[in-house]
Amino acid sequence: MARAATTADAFNAIAEPRRREILDAIGGEERSVNDLVSLLGLAQPQVSKHLRVLREVGAVAVREDGRRRLYRLNGRALKPIHDWVKSYERLWSERFDELDAVLGDLKQKEQGDGTSDE
Amino acid sequence: MAPVTSSRTATVTLPTDEQILIRREFDAPKHLVYEAFTTPELVSRWWTAKRGEMKVCEIDLRVGGKWRYVMQTQDGMEVGFHGEYREIEPHERIVSTEIFEGMPEGVPEEASVNTATFTEEDGRTTLEILVQHSNKTFRDMHVESGMEDGLQDALDLLEEIAISLG
Repeated sequence: MARAATTADAFNAIAEPRRREILDAIGGEERSVNDLVSLLGLAQPQVSKHLRVLREVGAVAVREDGRRRLYRLNGRALKPIHDWVKSYERLWSERFDELDAVLGDLKQKEQGDGTSDE
Repeated sequence: MAPVTSSRTATVTLPTDEQILIRREFDAPKHLVYEAFTTPELVSRWWTAKRGEMKVCEIDLRVGGKWRYVMQTQDGMEVGFHGEYREIEPHERIVSTEIFEGMPEGVPEEASVNTATFTEEDGRTTLEILVQHSNKTFRDMHVESGMEDGLQDALDLLEEIAISLG
């Protein structure tokens, strides 16, 4: 059954190593399934299966070119996921920016006291 | 292509399926970083990251002693964590447990084991906080992701994508 792709699905989609290889391969230029088969040394059904998973979460866009279908990376679809994970890193960065200010005060205080134990 | 991050940015990596590692270098000797990390009045100044007000900051810094931090966010929500100190090596290392108080109903509480390590070189201190969860599900809930494997690789890839998008 078709259902709406969630962010977690997108994480799972790009967590698979072969799918990341595909994303790498189509990041710079459009490629057909046959291109990917020869580039990655995978069987055609496997490549098609991975592409389907990536398309379902919007990570890959496709267009028809005559009889060929060309696939390319849709980076914009992945950027929100990237930003989402980065928010945890941002929280700690912001905490540590404040910690820098605290340390500045402590250093100043220590110098003012004329004591140094290091 | 390696992601470019400034030394002032905290780096978050996922060394194993159950772990989160937070790392940052500070321009101060380690006894001061340790002081800022273990003194309630000082923790209250940085732990909220300007996202709210520190309502509770209790630190009973001895083995078996308890700690509790509660922040009230700007929209009035309280976010609390508490735990217990397991190992303390002054200026070097603190091992403590951490329990998030806001788990959704029906989700069991889980204590992660956090190890903070202070390493000084040339007057600068590297702080590393290793968060060890009991299993991958809790780790993933912690970073809010549901990835099966290879999260770090995927993050590296996403970093490249984000950079290429400008």
